[in-house]
Amino acid sequence: MDDTPRNADFDVALTMDAAQPPVLDRTVQGLLGTAMDRPDGPLKVTGTARYAAEALPENLVTGFLVRATITKGRVIGMKAEAVEAMPGVIRVMTGHPLLRNPAQGQAHQAPEQILPKVDYFGQPVALVVAETFEQARHAAQALVVTYEEEVAEVDPNAASQVDKPKASQLDQGDLEGAMRSSPVAIDTTYTTAPHSSAPMEPHASIAEWVDGRLQLRGSYQMLKHNVAELADSLGVDEARVRIHAPYVGGGFGSKLGIAPEAVAAAHAARELGRPVRVVMARDQVFEMTMRRTETTQRMRLACDADGLMTALAHEDRVSNLPGEAFSEPTAQGTHFLYGGANRRFTHEVARIHRPCAGSVRAPGEAVGMIALECAMDELAEAADIDPVELRIRNIPDTTPEGGQPYSERALERCLREGAERFGWSQRRGMAERLEGDWWVGMGVAAAVRTNMMEESIARVTLRPDGTALCETDMTDIGTGSYAILTQIVGEMLGLPREKVEVQIGDSDLPKSSGSGGSFGAQSCGSAVFLACQGVRKHLAERMEVAPDDLTLRDGRATGGNRQVALTDLVEAPMSAEGHVKPGETEDNFSIAGYGAHFAEVGVHRDTGEVRVHRMLGVFSIGRVLNMKTATSQCHGGMIWGIGSALTEEIMHDPRDGRIVNHNLAEYHIPVSLDVPQLDAMLLEDTRDDQANPIQAKGIGELGISGAAAAVGNAIRNACGVRVRDFPATPDKIFPHLPDVT
Amino acid sequence: MRPFDYARADTTSDAATRAAAGATFLAGGTNLLDLMKLEVMAPEALVDVTRLDLHEVEATDESGLRIGALVTNSDLANHATVRAHYPVLSRALLSGATVQLRNKATTGGNLLQRTRCPYFYDTAAACNKRDPGTGCAAMEGRNRILAVLGASDHCIATHPSDMAVAMRALGARVVTEGPDGGRELDLGDLYRLPGDTPNIETVLSDGELITAVILPPPPAGAQSYVKVRDRASYAFALVSVAGVVAVEDGRITSANLAFGGLAPMPWRNEAVETALIGKAPSTETFDAAADILLADAKGHGDNDFKIPLARRTLRRALRELCERAA
Repeated sequence: MDDTPRNADFDVALTMDAAQPPVLDRTVQGLLGTAMDRPDGPLKVTGTARYAAEALPENLVTGFLVRATITKGRVIGMKAEAVEAMPGVIRVMTGHPLLRNPAQGQAHQAPEQILPKVDYFGQPVALVVAETFEQARHAAQALVVTYEEEVAEVDPNAASQVDKPKASQLDQGDLEGAMRSSPVAIDTTYTTAPHSSAPMEPHASIAEWVDGRLQLRGSYQMLKHNVAELADSLGVDEARVRIHAPYVGGGFGSKLGIAPEAVAAAHAARELGRPVRVVMARDQVFEMTMRRTETTQRMRLACDADGLMTALAHEDRVSNLPGEAFSEPTAQGTHFLYGGANRRFTHEVARIHRPCAGSVRAPGEAVGMIALECAMDELAEAADIDPVELRIRNIPDTTPEGGQPYSERALERCLREGAERFGWSQRRGMAERLEGDWWVGMGVAAAVRTNMMEESIARVTLRPDGTALCETDMTDIGTGSYAILTQIVGEMLGLPREKVEVQIGDSDLPKSSGSGGSFGAQSCGSAVFLACQGVRKHLAERMEVAPDDLTLRDGRATGGNRQVALTDLVEAPMSAEGHVKPGETEDNFSIAGYGAHFAEVGVHRDTGEVRVHRMLGVFSIGRVLNMKTATSQCHGGMIWGIGSALTEEIMHDPRDGRIVNHNLAEYHIPVSLDVPQLDAMLLEDTRDDQANPIQAKGIGELGISGAAAAVGNAIRNACGVRVRDFPATPDKIFPHLPDVT
Repeated sequence: MRPFDYARADTTSDAATRAAAGATFLAGGTNLLDLMKLEVMAPEALVDVTRLDLHEVEATDESGLRIGALVTNSDLANHATVRAHYPVLSRALLSGATVQLRNKATTGGNLLQRTRCPYFYDTAAACNKRDPGTGCAAMEGRNRILAVLGASDHCIATHPSDMAVAMRALGARVVTEGPDGGRELDLGDLYRLPGDTPNIETVLSDGELITAVILPPPPAGAQSYVKVRDRASYAFALVSVAGVVAVEDGRITSANLAFGGLAPMPWRNEAVETALIGKAPSTETFDAAADILLADAKGHGDNDFKIPLARRTLRRALRELCERAA
């Protein structure tokens, strides 16, 4: 970057008010969509990619957060002097501006700062800063905090304060009447356990004030919002905050908003005049960041004799801390996936004092689709219709609540092609297939995930040496941002991958959507695409041809009967900004990613242990930007599905709400032995012209949506046990297993 | 972690002397170091025993096996004699922890690892094992992984080892050396039930070091280790069964059974085994054995399911063992 004023003549702005032409189907470099290796891969596997906590600025000191050991009340005393007298200890800090919990995604302002009040067991109440990590941790453990304790409610089912957000309630037609008059009706309730994002890299920040400006190395997903949240938390102007996050070791939603360690580090660095590093310990990642709420979901579905749905109700209860605006949008996918004229949605938020609830991979669909897609399986069984067929029959022509048309939607194709590829026709009746000591069965579920495109800006510069630089504050949270941005630039400007440099993860760069909600690749990618359109326009002027008549390939421009090397054509850097904004298409169309999951499981006849034998996911997301990273996202989502189906559960103490299993030994994310060979297939020929100018939709969260339901439905088919309380651990299965004669 | 003194022992007696003076033995450190970081344990001194000459697996004169206390879990699991003649031990070891942990964890350390009761690890929770007299938060808390046998009103912690369960079924003996000399005792006699002193877990005296585990000659019959857990790997047992069963002429002639995940120590109840001897394998036979095993079992809410699950796991283990032994 330099400070010289830019020529904005070639900047391109687009508001998504209309379908966009598939420009990327006419470019010829052949880089986009390929399974290109990530440019950052070698750095990561050799340990040389530098993550947030890995810098060593001079004079660095370490802070360690101290957690509340009550559920609700006030801090009334803190023996700070005793701790400050310990070896190496510099300062104990409490009160403002320490955060109660992280900011919710896109909050753009400080989260609650309530000290000395305490709202949950595990809330940060102090930061102890010392010369070394060991000194800080030991002192933090030694700090005596006294409290005035209040009675706290921690059980969502018994909460006395239950909010019912108006916008989330819907009553359409006559649900009860349809339930009564339809020949097939089911009324069933599902519960899902709270989940943790459990990113491999813990939340970590190093804060340093340089010439009155905060330089924060952090592990964050959405820098433009994080800058605003951090500045607001500290009471400084946004211009005085810069965040660097070149590599993020997993986020899954838990790093959407600024978190307690960043504000604590920045505050301490300002007070002490030294760089401060704060890394959350693993138990703190569980306690002080976002969990996914537990859910209770009552499903009522009815259909006629042909399986056409007549009624659909999805009524749920979730929870969060008092004052948090976020509530898990459990029924998000249910609104538009299937038809049924008579519909009801109710949504309740129990206000309780468990650690903060927020976005965890695919908020809404990840758990809502468990209830919907298991209930669909129950309906198929009650109606005696094949579950694949039942789903296909109920794909609506327009959205059942608003009457909108759908944009690209290949749900039927995913179901049919998946069934064929998986061997669905070999599925037997319930509890009919005993192989050795294992009941074996198959299950299916649809996948759907609302698509979002967010405002994004990027700058692309073509340099006289024939290389291009792409700049944006986008992050790479392990998803492949470096790869797909390289590919878009290479494809648009006719450059091989090694001629493209991508700089991201710096909040001083043009402001992108950041990573979250599966919108990063399409939003930031669209901005980069538009910037490249600007550069192409500039090149076309140089070539004296219309932009559409310009062909760029392997560093050469062709048009008007001549071919010129870019190194000869570009005398001074050609720079353009692309700026994309959502517009009318998202109101006029229902835009979502679709897919179908198939699972085959074995259930042990004695112990009820479940092993997933194989799993297939077929997905349609419009254009695939990188076959390898997109497929990896599908694999990751499907593994999350296995986890939420079988193993993952945050356990809260019933008395004080604390997270009991706050480590990776007892919070059971699936390990290699839990995960079979996964088959993820992406439809390659679909495009969504209404979504954005690159016709690509989100994939990160689609892979989890519905995956757990396919496993749950396979358990039912295998052994006849219908699990309605997830995860399906052995104790929920073995008491109901059939006897083997 | 509290600052501590560190010394490396050159001889067993050196280690014992230092430990008798207050130091804590350090071997693989896979459990102790975590506990120290959390300040659940805060020893003022460690004595590192990893350089002692206790790394060998040798045949005994009685055709059994002598396993040095510092043999790693990986080496023991993969030892040719263990794989060939004590497969229950090999399988138990390989079902525990992860490759990385097994590469570090030692035989002696595995026997002496602490419970994984979550409240024991949370210094802001009441725990009679960690802080005697403070109470037991697990009793009415989340006790899914905790004990239904052998526990007390003061503590319901389980012993987490898989290896020790297999060794118990094999009739292993433990060799120790201490300031007052050495002794050899049955593995079952190493552990103490919690009673009202759950902080005291073994009969070892200050400074007494486990130097070896002795296995008797390989037993007749089929061997297996069945472990039921909440995920397929890297999870502690909900219930596990180590079994060695021989069948002749359609009758069970010998049965050695030990259980993990159920109790504060690797659990063995000889009456369960006696009930099987002379019987024809059948679900009724297995259930009668389970009745004896579980007669005094007591759940605490979350872990109630372990009682019926233990019955089913025993049924599964015995059915498999009897089929293979027949």
